[in-house]
Amino acid sequence: MSIATIPFKGTKEQEEKLREVIKKHTGENGAVIPVLHEAQDIYGYLPIEVQKIISEGLNVPLAEIYGIVTFYTQFSLYPKGEYEVSVCLGTACYVKGSGTIIEKIKERLGIDVGQCTADGKFSLNATRCIGACGLAPVMTVNDAVFGQVTPADLDDIFAKYQA
Amino acid sequence: MKSLAELQALRDCTLDKLNLRKDRKEGIRIVVGMATCGIAAGARPVLEALEREVKAQKLDNVMVMQTGCIGMCRLEPIVEVYEPGKEKITYVHMTADKVSKIVSEHIINGRPVAEYSVGTDKAQSVNDTVFYAKQKRVALRNCGVINPENIDEYIAFDGYQALAKALTEMSREDVIQTVKDSGLRGRGGGGFPTGMKWDFTYKAVGDKKYVCCNADEGDPGAFMDRSVLEGDPHAVIEAMAIAGYAVGADQGYIYIRAEYPIAVERLKIAIGQAREYGLLGKDIFGTGFNFDLDIRLGAGAFVCGEETALLTSIEGNRGEPRPRPPFPAVKGLWGKPTLLNNVETYANIAQIILNGADWFASMGTEKSKGTKVFALGGKINNTGLVEIPMGTTLREIIEEIGGGIPNGKKFKAAQTGGPSGGCIPASLIDTPIDYDSLMAIGSMMGSGGLIVMDEDNCMVDIAKFFLEFTVDESCGKCSPCRIGTKRLLEILTKITDGKGTMEDLDKLENLCYAIKSSALCGLGQTAPNPVLSTLRYFRDEYEAHVKDKKCPAHVCKALAQYKINPEKCKGCSLCARQCPVNAISGEIKSPFVIDQDKCIKCGACQSTCKFGAIDKE
Ligand SMILES: Cc1cc2nc3c(=O)[nH]c(=O)nc-3n(C[C@H](O)[C@H](O)[C@H](O)COP(=O)(O)O)c2cc1C
Ligand code: SF4
Ligand code: SF4
Ligand code: SF4
Ligand code: FES
Ligand code: FES
Repeated sequence: MSIATIPFKGTKEQEEKLREVIKKHTGENGAVIPVLHEAQDIYGYLPIEVQKIISEGLNVPLAEIYGIVTFYTQFSLYPKGEYEVSVCLGTACYVKGSGTIIEKIKERLGIDVGQCTADGKFSLNATRCIGACGLAPVMTVNDAVFGQVTPADLDDIFAKYQA
Repeated sequence: MKSLAELQALRDCTLDKLNLRKDRKEGIRIVVGMATCGIAAGARPVLEALEREVKAQKLDNVMVMQTGCIGMCRLEPIVEVYEPGKEKITYVHMTADKVSKIVSEHIINGRPVAEYSVGTDKAQSVNDTVFYAKQKRVALRNCGVINPENIDEYIAFDGYQALAKALTEMSREDVIQTVKDSGLRGRGGGGFPTGMKWDFTYKAVGDKKYVCCNADEGDPGAFMDRSVLEGDPHAVIEAMAIAGYAVGADQGYIYIRAEYPIAVERLKIAIGQAREYGLLGKDIFGTGFNFDLDIRLGAGAFVCGEETALLTSIEGNRGEPRPRPPFPAVKGLWGKPTLLNNVETYANIAQIILNGADWFASMGTEKSKGTKVFALGGKINNTGLVEIPMGTTLREIIEEIGGGIPNGKKFKAAQTGGPSGGCIPASLIDTPIDYDSLMAIGSMMGSGGLIVMDEDNCMVDIAKFFLEFTVDESCGKCSPCRIGTKRLLEILTKITDGKGTMEDLDKLENLCYAIKSSALCGLGQTAPNPVLSTLRYFRDEYEAHVKDKKCPAHVCKALAQYKINPEKCKGCSLCARQCPVNAISGEIKSPFVIDQDKCIKCGACQSTCKFGAIDKE
């Protein structure tokens, strides 16, 4: 049920922005990773089309770019849902039961970690410690943070996004 | 900034302007904890409400500021009020609704609001709580005190004085000697003597050298470095400049994980301000010393916390480790001599330079000097950030500072060192926390994550959890780690599924030692530690899984048995209708039973029963 196969829909403006980013970093030592970060901010993910532009712009082989993108978990080859649901599986959250929370969300959305619902609404992500361990177990939906989550809270949390 | 005099003049002016002077006659200062966890708990609306209210009441002599981590995560959002000549008052679990009462009662009428404060029957400061009594704040000295986005406040608290002192009064050798004499050891996990590392880099030959900061904070469940960067970013910047002077570098990099957007933002602001003041850049304090800093974002790979991988990642490549030697001090970033220290290590430096090596060495134990910051999490009442003198016992941390285990449960073990570390069982609760004592019991200091577990946590499951982490994070470069950790995980899964044999336990142990001795980098070399330490202290729990096919903590799903208690069962049939595999049968109004052979342990029946008649064993 993943929407990984949707065609690339980058706009002219996005491409212009990316080219500016590339220009800014050209000639800099170790520029690839900073450029990838900024490219992901622009497009939301790093499809092969975007990697190609970067490869040509920075004059770095595409295979090397691809190798870097797939090495780091922050970089995504696939678009995310409108709402990105992340459950922390860091130690502090895990010992407080975040494993159960993520299982319940998988059931609820019918997707696995790393996937996106067919309507493109929700994607599910397992993160490692967002630094709010004091509020464990923690989950986030886009920028909103929910602390001390119990399975019973999930109805209320998802109700906010299921309009 | 051209001279020490200029710095001091600025300090004095800020002390007056921002109601920071301890002996001031008037002027109230209100701070709101706005680190990640405060913001997550809802601090922003509180700050906004305070600003609005203070403005509406035309309280010109009241300053409202954001600050970093006050440290008591459990009580966030936190607001503190500093009045002249009095102990501060700490308000906890703040909401925007509580603001008007605090402003009208406390700020205007001078009557602190006891019910909102941390005290139980009177208005109190956190300083009066047991949580703070045993703490000593060196690395965290400014966190939760100053506004991290205002360099003037850092300067008001003696910021950049140490840099001025180092540059104008000390030789490079003096600086290194002072750090050596202080006994400071690396806070990133390894515990290597910091002064020695500085000396190696100083002595290494190179036309260019670099100073780097490890802010990758990979241990999941640890947030010490984040708190320092969010609460006191200049402390790290100043220390890196001092290090640059000592080792002979003019460029530094801070490698920080992208998962910490607030820390990144505050660092950017801080670097910008330091440049503006001439505290970074050319000819600092008119001494001819040049130093500048850049930020590099990590991208979610635990192995990039390892020093050689980190440097490879800054160079823009896949962050794979390489064999050492050569050590970074000799051949680091772009092949040049490079100094790499952890955030907390740096956070101690300015204090050491200002107060002297002896002052620092007077804290802690013989071989572990100073203090250590811990992120206290898991099954503990006072989750939060604590800084304690080395040598404090685990008992003091858990029972006093941490306020014990919630819900009257029993303390079982504490994990330090994260996925590279080990557990400390309840029987060793009197172990002093220092590098060597922890090593001796098969755990390690680590970077400061301290996760508390109670009787409801299964130690085999915890070992499996860490192995899942390392399998995921192994970079795959060498086979002992890539394949070995997978095998470890398979055996652990077999055990938690109730299919393990006694031979598996031996196999597990042998494989652990094989991986430890042959993996290329620290990740693989330490990955077996959680397995070895749980095997050492909780072998009975492993055996229960293997021999009795039972999980004593009732965590491992495959070993759980759901049973209907005939005394409590009302025979309503609700559970039977919920069961996905029709494992439950019975007659209405008499007790139902579960067919264990059919049951897939989904737990659906237990959550449906309205009478609490279904137990998990
Ligand atoms: C797998 C692995 C992960 C590490 N992660 C970190 C980390 O997140 N932060 C850190 O400061 N050091 C980490 N280290 C230790 C660093 O390699 C290095 O020793 C340390 O940053 C040196 O600084 P220090 O001497 O000030 O502690 C890690 C080591 C290994 C092997
Ligand atoms: S030990 Fe593991 S993480 Fe380290 S180099 Fe080998 S495979 Fe990579
Ligand atoms: S739901 Fe509870 S009370 Fe009803 S039949 Fe099942 S066990 Fe008995
Ligand atoms: S645990 Fe699940 S499978 Fe087993 S009896 Fe209950 S509902 Fe049925
Ligand atoms: S472990 Fe979940 S926020 Fe830290
Ligand atoms: S109070 Fe700062 S991390 Fe919780």
